Amino acid sequence: MRRGKYPFIIGFLAVPVALYGTFVVAAYIQTFQLSLTNWSGLGPIEYIGFDNFVKLWHDDLFWKSVRHNLFLLLLLPLITILIALVFAFLLNVGGGFSRGVTRGVWGSKFYRVVFFFPQLLALAIVAVIFGRVFAPDKSGLINGLMPESFKPWLFLADEQWALTCILSVLVWQAIGFYVVLFSAGLGSISQEIYEAAALDGATRITLFFRITVPLLWSTIQVAWIYLGIAAFDAFALVNIMTVDRGGPDGATSVLALMIYRNAFEYSQAGYASALGVVLFFLTLTFAALTLRVTRRETVEL
Amino acid sequence: MTTNLSSTDALSGPPGVVPARAAGRRPGGRREFNAFTGLAHVSLIVWALATAGPLIWVVLASFKTNTEIFLGRPYALPESFSFDTYVSAWSQAHVGRYFLNSVFVVTLSTVGTMLFGSMAAYVLARYRFPGNRFIYFLFVSGLAFPTFMALVPLFFILKGFGLINTFTGLILVYIAYSLPFTVFFLAAFFKTLPKEMEEAAVMDGASHTRTFFQIMVPMARSGLVSITIFNIVGQWNQYLLPVAIMQGAGADSKWVLTQGIANISTSAGYQAEWATLFAALTLAILPMIVVYAIFQRQIQAGLTAGALK
Repeated sequence: MRRGKYPFIIGFLAVPVALYGTFVVAAYIQTFQLSLTNWSGLGPIEYIGFDNFVKLWHDDLFWKSVRHNLFLLLLLPLITILIALVFAFLLNVGGGFSRGVTRGVWGSKFYRVVFFFPQLLALAIVAVIFGRVFAPDKSGLINGLMPESFKPWLFLADEQWALTCILSVLVWQAIGFYVVLFSAGLGSISQEIYEAAALDGATRITLFFRITVPLLWSTIQVAWIYLGIAAFDAFALVNIMTVDRGGPDGATSVLALMIYRNAFEYSQAGYASALGVVLFFLTLTFAALTLRVTRRETVEL
Repeated sequence: MTTNLSSTDALSGPPGVVPARAAGRRPGGRREFNAFTGLAHVSLIVWALATAGPLIWVVLASFKTNTEIFLGRPYALPESFSFDTYVSAWSQAHVGRYFLNSVFVVTLSTVGTMLFGSMAAYVLARYRFPGNRFIYFLFVSGLAFPTFMALVPLFFILKGFGLINTFTGLILVYIAYSLPFTVFFLAAFFKTLPKEMEEAAVMDGASHTRTFFQIMVPMARSGLVSITIFNIVGQWNQYLLPVAIMQGAGADSKWVLTQGIANISTSAGYQAEWATLFAALTLAILPMIVVYAIFQRQIQAGLTAGALK
């Protein structure tokens, strides 16, 4: 062994570990600690046991926010994955067979390039764009496209539809990424399988359900977890797009927004930390549940 | 393999009947194929329009007057083309400053992330020492936690160091929060590199540090490129961290692009300067389109690399 192995190891690890320990590990640990205090962000820290969590239990806005996060958690992955799978299938296999190879429909390269682009935009920028797209008067893209006599839709100003607007923006941005992701997975599925199935007279719809979906299962699982984590966030969209930030009347409030407002606007650092702890356990439960529910035998080739 | 074949067999009946059935189905099958192809094209075109439509609309609206914008007809061409709104977005609305701030912060933080991330990943992947596994899992466990869970303590830790509302603070935080994925990805990558080159370097008397920078880094180039793109895009698009960190007196001169645009959007409502907002948005989107047009393949590969691992 060369001399100086340990000085080298320490030299290489010192800065990254110090940065990570100070700004990430310490912060996560302190979240648990602060959740047991009524600290405002200034002055002495006083421990109050689980009072914050009791207060949460009786907080209407908290339950509303949890419901909204669950709404996004359920629908965002479901809709995105379904549409992305269909598009990926069309772009890779949808063109049918020619000379023994499956191919995508005409122009599939172009579609893939266009679909992917929104992924490159910051969610904050997307939020500002769609804030205008959904404008409740003629200046909005959608209302502007409606015929003259049409009564403009309220979109984000409508309690019933505001959250659906948020969901649709998340879907809009995510689909292209998952089309590319699933396409990469489809590329690795052997041509022979499709060929064999086609010789057996399988239609493209059969190919989709019997071959594409089972063989992509592990990628779908990853996609589900990624989208689930995105559904727990949504902070940028809600903070920028919605009426009264989280409104109207709390109709779009999510946990991330509650954390931010309690910490930086209401001087409730302790309460915000308690929300962080709840969020942590929700995320953990979701990941564990997903892995358990979606576990099935991988089709080996 | 068997699973798939048997399931298709089950659909088309007993094996002996298959050829006849398939042959008999062919004409009908073709018709289904044509309808299918038509439908496929319609759905793809609709989604391509839904993707590009809002962006084209933003560019068009940036040339319009307020009156034109409120007239409806979103895809009508503007009455006159003038770049006044762009000048006002760039200088009066400070998009130029936000843009340069973003370039400055992301350049330094990406360089830092790649340097420290690859150093840590290399040591953790290729050296055996007590505590190796512990440090590795400490880094990787960071992948499981949402960033905004740590937001409150993070703010007060930075405040303790006097780093709130400073570029230094923001850059250090970007690096720290990018490390879990960077270390995770690069450690896996460094593990796959062959030992021979490294041994040859040792024979020639190269130090550990030199071996890393002159032998291992060039060999790991493809992995480093992917993860660099991943980090640039991720840090460029950050919104939560700058909003939490860049606050206080005079903070608006240090805002990054995402933050700045979000703020212009809020004030555009009060001042009714919608065209300026659309020009600001165009200025934020256009560079992305240019970069994407040039590096399209590398960007797609870089951003999906993580999910495929």
